[in-house]
Amino acid sequence: MTTTEEHRTEEHPREQRKISRVVVRFAGDSGDGMQLTGDRFTASSALFGNDLSTFPDFPAEIRAPSGTLAGVSAFQVQIADRDVTTPGDVPNVLVAMNPAALKANVGVLEKGATLVVNADAFDERSLAKAGYDANPLSDGSLAAFTVYEVPMTSITQQVCKDAGVKPRDAERSKNFFALGLVSWLYTRPVEPTIDWIEKRFADKPLVREANSRAFRAGYHFGETAELFEASYEVGPAQFPPGEYTQISGNQALAWGLIAASKLSGLPLFLGSYPITPASDILHELSRRKEFGVRTFQAEDEIAGIGSAIGAAFGGALGVTTTSGPGVDLKSEAIGLAINLELPLVVVDVQRGGPSTGLPTKAEQADLLHAMYGRHGEAPVPIVAAKTPSHCFDAAIEAVRIAVKYRTPVLLLSDGYLANGAEPWRLPDVDLLEPIDPAFATAPNHVDAEGTSVFWPYLRDPETLARPWAPPGIPGLEHRIGGLEKADGSGNVSYDPANHERMVRLRAAKIAGIARDIPPVEVDDEAGDAELLVLGWGSTYGAIVAAVRRARARGHRVAHAHLVHLHPFPENLGEVLARYRRVLVPEMNLGQLSRLVRAEYLVDARSLSKVQGVPFRAREIEAAIEAELGGPA
Amino acid sequence: MTTTAVPATTRKDWASDQEVRWCPGCGDYSILAAVQMLLPELGVRRENTVFLSGIGCAARFPYYMSTYGMHSIHGRAPAIATGLATTRPDLDVWIVTGDGDALSIGGNHLIHALRRNVRMTILMFNNQIYGLTKGQYSPTSELAKVTKSTPFGSLDTPFNPVSLALGAEASFVARTHDMDRQHMQEMFRRAHEHDGAAFVEVYQNCNVFNDGAFEKITGREARSAMLVPLVHGEPIRFGKDSEKGVVQRPDGRLEIVDVADVGEDAILVHDEEREDPGLAFALSRLSRGPYEPTPIGVFRAVRRPEYGASMAEQLADAQERRGVGDLKALLRSGATWTVG
Repeated sequence: MTTTEEHRTEEHPREQRKISRVVVRFAGDSGDGMQLTGDRFTASSALFGNDLSTFPDFPAEIRAPSGTLAGVSAFQVQIADRDVTTPGDVPNVLVAMNPAALKANVGVLEKGATLVVNADAFDERSLAKAGYDANPLSDGSLAAFTVYEVPMTSITQQVCKDAGVKPRDAERSKNFFALGLVSWLYTRPVEPTIDWIEKRFADKPLVREANSRAFRAGYHFGETAELFEASYEVGPAQFPPGEYTQISGNQALAWGLIAASKLSGLPLFLGSYPITPASDILHELSRRKEFGVRTFQAEDEIAGIGSAIGAAFGGALGVTTTSGPGVDLKSEAIGLAINLELPLVVVDVQRGGPSTGLPTKAEQADLLHAMYGRHGEAPVPIVAAKTPSHCFDAAIEAVRIAVKYRTPVLLLSDGYLANGAEPWRLPDVDLLEPIDPAFATAPNHVDAEGTSVFWPYLRDPETLARPWAPPGIPGLEHRIGGLEKADGSGNVSYDPANHERMVRLRAAKIAGIARDIPPVEVDDEAGDAELLVLGWGSTYGAIVAAVRRARARGHRVAHAHLVHLHPFPENLGEVLARYRRVLVPEMNLGQLSRLVRAEYLVDARSLSKVQGVPFRAREIEAAIEAELGGPA
Repeated sequence: MTTTAVPATTRKDWASDQEVRWCPGCGDYSILAAVQMLLPELGVRRENTVFLSGIGCAARFPYYMSTYGMHSIHGRAPAIATGLATTRPDLDVWIVTGDGDALSIGGNHLIHALRRNVRMTILMFNNQIYGLTKGQYSPTSELAKVTKSTPFGSLDTPFNPVSLALGAEASFVARTHDMDRQHMQEMFRRAHEHDGAAFVEVYQNCNVFNDGAFEKITGREARSAMLVPLVHGEPIRFGKDSEKGVVQRPDGRLEIVDVADVGEDAILVHDEEREDPGLAFALSRLSRGPYEPTPIGVFRAVRRPEYGASMAEQLADAQERRGVGDLKALLRSGATWTVG
């Protein structure tokens, strides 16, 4: 690094411009390592102290035919010297590794954007595969952009040659060349990436050498080739003091579950069937056996939740994770858990539907399924995470509710949160609230003959929760099941009045959780807003950004974001009544808006987007302006 | 959990206060009695015993036991048992299931629980009919069976449950029937002792919808000629005077012969511990239905690592190598930086 600095100042004094933020999008073939490239750029930016937000955007196919539009994989990241809440509406810089990547992404660029392309990949064959009749690098179609044509493949092969790396293998390292070049362009530190390469490829010396050489070559290319007139610096952001790490939603969710296991003293059991984009939670938990975490890759989605219910019956923290069609398959077992009244967390990392839908894309269209997707009157609490790092808190909250109220809880994340990353100020784990499993320890009822007996459905008068009595305690032997129970004794009962009583008790138990959750907070700086933007889940970042911009233009806008979707916070009705207009942006056809309309009789307007990609802040901003009658 | 001696119990101690609601004359009564009378002999505790079931007539079983229990959803008991048994190795987990529950809707869970070898004792009551839904054919009903849903005869080739279990890599597979309490108890005892998934097929009479399905082999008069007892280390012989036996032909085929014709030494000696399940599989297919001489007893009992124990070993190993998980360290396991 020192030599590089000297190099720059002594031989090639180059202007370094300070900018406040930049949005970079890396795009290439599925096999080109774009996710890795974006992830490393993000990691070094995080260590540098930028605020950031990422958006990995990849196809469902592991490797679609190379060079085709279907195979394009992209990673977008916004880095800034101030608080950012989204990965950026449009990229300022597009790195395109081949013609298909250019074609798939050039449409979103705005005039003046920077394009860095791998010139080597723009041969006739690749152009044809991408559907280009003429070479866009020479036909003038990119005139609105600043285009840098860099022979990434050939330089990478060149620098790897005398390290004994074959050209074919060296070609695979070209993503590190791109990373090096963009790292120079935005003055990223070099060491974190070099260190990472050293560690990651420790046992593959040739790959390590090739990647490391390619990365340095890219960095030096930026510096020495008289191509770039300046490099840019995005300074560190002002963060509250503390220790930070970079975290994705799936990782935060997995860690939240481990934390909840510690807080409750309940051993964690995950029953899961691999499914995109939830599998990384299974992967992460499978690595953490020193926490006593049992992960079970089940034969199917049903066995995933079934095993978690079995573990919960035995007194463990039972969790199942899934997405898309997996949620449908779990419906029957969720109904069982509702009737058994056992703690259980069902994690739904939402993706585009219906059916197989869009496996790698995000959607928020499972809210009504979470609410109503079972036969019979079968209410469950619903908790939704709003940012990648918030998945940690949301997981703990889901466990808290599940354990305290002896109920399955639906924890909603989505593909955007799951794979997106952001800096996270580490919480002080000593300050997290313990969770009391409050196991039953003794008989709780005296029968007609005066004998002390255990009634598994004798409820706590306040929470309406039933006792949790895992096997092992003499005198508490009991049988539970999916058949309707007699109130109290839990024996099978087909009595009509008893059934209605039990239906109402189960509903009242879930409704009562409203008293045990925080009121919804409203961000309404001046308290004079005309419009409330009400959101839930991963739209948080885009809404925050949109509301800031609208306010900057003089609009009076408030924002409230729901973490608890069922039951709603107690104050929600009163909050909604305060505003003349309510706008609900959702990545579905208006599911939360329908719920609040039904519940509170308010004219909540829906702003829908179901494209598998998150809202852009400007789309929400435009809707705010439309509601409030144009620019203020 | 407790270190004190297991209290002596009687059958009564294992029965719950719930009225048994199977049809009068149902074979399930004798199986329930066999289990309740066996448990006091096994030296186990009520509070450490769990009966799990899915859906069907057999699945009501847990309600009649004074142990911990769960009557769950159709076919899923092996999945639920997997979560329970792996997190609570101190418990005895029994599954009571039927031919429809285990082999139709729950077929997937059964085969995977067997191949994984999770410690659970599976009693599958096979009556070759759907009883609780009032008389449709089941996956073990014979071909061409006429039922309410197959008025022109069923088109489905039935499963042979023992063959299926052996094909699913089961480490313990046995067959018994509801007319012989002693044999049932012997099989249940062996299954309970087995460290892994144990599968016991119990021929059970549904006197309402499929009465007499096994009469030709389990009826008192028929038994000696039609049941072929499998005894480990003993030649496989049957008949009133053990005059019949099983031999293996050079091409591997098993055949029933008169012992007098081939000589005693030619009779196949049963070895339930054979690593290769091929011979056990051949034995399971000696008869093509409950009207030919049918082997009962333990087909296979081999030692294989138990799933929950292996899982626990991985946990213990990780804790030994890395120390017990520390949450603060976990949160700092990636790159971190400090502000302010």
